[in-house]
Amino acid sequence: MPDQLLYAMEVTLNGLMAGVMYALVALGFVLIYKASGIFNYAQGVLALFAALTLVGIQQGQVPFAHLINAVTGGHLTHFGWTVPSVLAIILTAAVMVVLAIVIEKLVLKHLVNQAPIILFMATIGMAYFLEGFGDVMWGADIKKLDVGLPQGISDTVEGLTDRIFGYGFFVDNLDIVATVVAILLVTALTLFSQYSKQGRALRAVADDHQAALSVGISLRFIWILVWSIAGFVALVAGIMWGSKSGVQFSLSLIALKALPVLMLGGFTSIPGAIVGGLIIGVGEKLFEFLAGPLIGGATENWFAYVLALIFLVFRPQGLFGEKIIERV
Amino acid sequence: MTDMSQGYVTADGRKIGGVLMEMKNITLKFGGVTAIQDISFDIRDGEIRAIIGPNGAGKSSMLNVISGFYVPTEGEVWFKGYKRGPMRPYQVAQLGIARTFQNIALFDGMSVLDNIMTGRLTLMKSGLLSQAMWWGAASKEEDEHREKVEKIIDFLEIQNIRKTPVGRLPYGLKKRVELARALAAEPKILLLDEPMAGMNVEEKEDMCRFILDVNDEFGTTIALIEHDMGVVMDLSDRVVVMDYGKKIGDGTPDEVRNSQEVIDAYLGVAHD
Repeated sequence: MPDQLLYAMEVTLNGLMAGVMYALVALGFVLIYKASGIFNYAQGVLALFAALTLVGIQQGQVPFAHLINAVTGGHLTHFGWTVPSVLAIILTAAVMVVLAIVIEKLVLKHLVNQAPIILFMATIGMAYFLEGFGDVMWGADIKKLDVGLPQGISDTVEGLTDRIFGYGFFVDNLDIVATVVAILLVTALTLFSQYSKQGRALRAVADDHQAALSVGISLRFIWILVWSIAGFVALVAGIMWGSKSGVQFSLSLIALKALPVLMLGGFTSIPGAIVGGLIIGVGEKLFEFLAGPLIGGATENWFAYVLALIFLVFRPQGLFGEKIIERV
Repeated sequence: MTDMSQGYVTADGRKIGGVLMEMKNITLKFGGVTAIQDISFDIRDGEIRAIIGPNGAGKSSMLNVISGFYVPTEGEVWFKGYKRGPMRPYQVAQLGIARTFQNIALFDGMSVLDNIMTGRLTLMKSGLLSQAMWWGAASKEEDEHREKVEKIIDFLEIQNIRKTPVGRLPYGLKKRVELARALAAEPKILLLDEPMAGMNVEEKEDMCRFILDVNDEFGTTIALIEHDMGVVMDLSDRVVVMDYGKKIGDGTPDEVRNSQEVIDAYLGVAHD
């Protein structure tokens, strides 16, 4: 096979992997949008907060150390222990559930029956608050996240492709793990939303609050549930992105990568988030590979948005979004 | 008035039981506006009870009090012999009180079948964890509920629209699906908010038949609101008449029909 084609294949493969990472972030958006019609601006910050908390717990950091030291004049930073990764992840998931409860109690509860734009504004507020809160709680320095996931170039893939094509593909182990995790997560979420009692309740709440109440669904329980799940998805995204590029403020900007994915896949579809992510991932890598050299590179920054805009024109509800039916 | 201390037998020979629900001196105020003023009545086990009155009489408010959507300013709601504390609507639904809405509240994006299945949520046992861990048991439970739902679908003659998204259905059928969803909960009391509103004659007749059949077949107690006198009189065993938030009549359709106060409220009378 010609080298160019092999190289394009490698780029495509890496694009697919990158797409999975985008999809992980987009999933969180879809969940909350499906259940409450809210575009949760804070989803990226949730991922950041989850990653910060995970690192903090893992390394035995004292939460609010700065604040405590400022008041007491002490020099606390660490408890002096480290927590095993698995336990730290479970504890962080618990923190995300607590966060969901707090969000429901302090914000959502008071905004029942408000217009979506109001709720959207509320999530913007939440995003900035949570960002600052994360800093105060765990410090603003750049942290390294290591939960023992394999990193670096996969020898297996390189060896295998070398034997088949005579050319070894470079694929990051972390991306492979992310793909497996994403597949598991999506399968679980789809089964949950389609076939479980709470999944049906969740779809019901998304559709009509009054009707949901009349069949015995507690709105508050469903909201806490869905924000907890979104928090957990944010944690998974935070782990993957954090392991890749460190835990720092810019982690919250991955949300911007999820936006075109959502436009493409549809705001209401879990499989849509995955397919959208893959299309964006492959699209931007291939475009950079093919057209980048001609127009001076750095196309990855804007290509996804252009693709999403083109999609908006022809299919506003996205690839898998629910068809917009309005009765007059 | 008929003596009903131990229940009674209706004109068509159905036996009506003791008091299932009792409203005691209910008053409901919104700011300075009094929607309901000191109303008391009871609903007996197995009967079809109507609340009628001209527009703005406070009928819907009363239904909302029963179903927990409004909390009465004063007064008590008794259900199955117990005083009901302040409850949220979903808790009332879990007690076995199902309802429909005047302007239909269905899940438009979901199929007819899924809509009716939501009616069974309060009856489903499996919790979140057990569903995740014992997938088999949960899916067996789902099958059992599905079977019950299919019976209701047959009963209300909506087999052919089972898979249709509700948003696409015409008005009359939507009303029927809403009734099906309420029935799916196997309620002790079924509250119907103007079940015949906006329907043509044929649809009204169908709905009447369904209401009577539900009561007959499942023994469900039904409380319904209508402002169309004709329909209600044929349908119900006893009638509460409201006007301007007050109760102006309570009894069998015949008793109510002959009450001067009720006639005045409906035909209008010169106030001095």
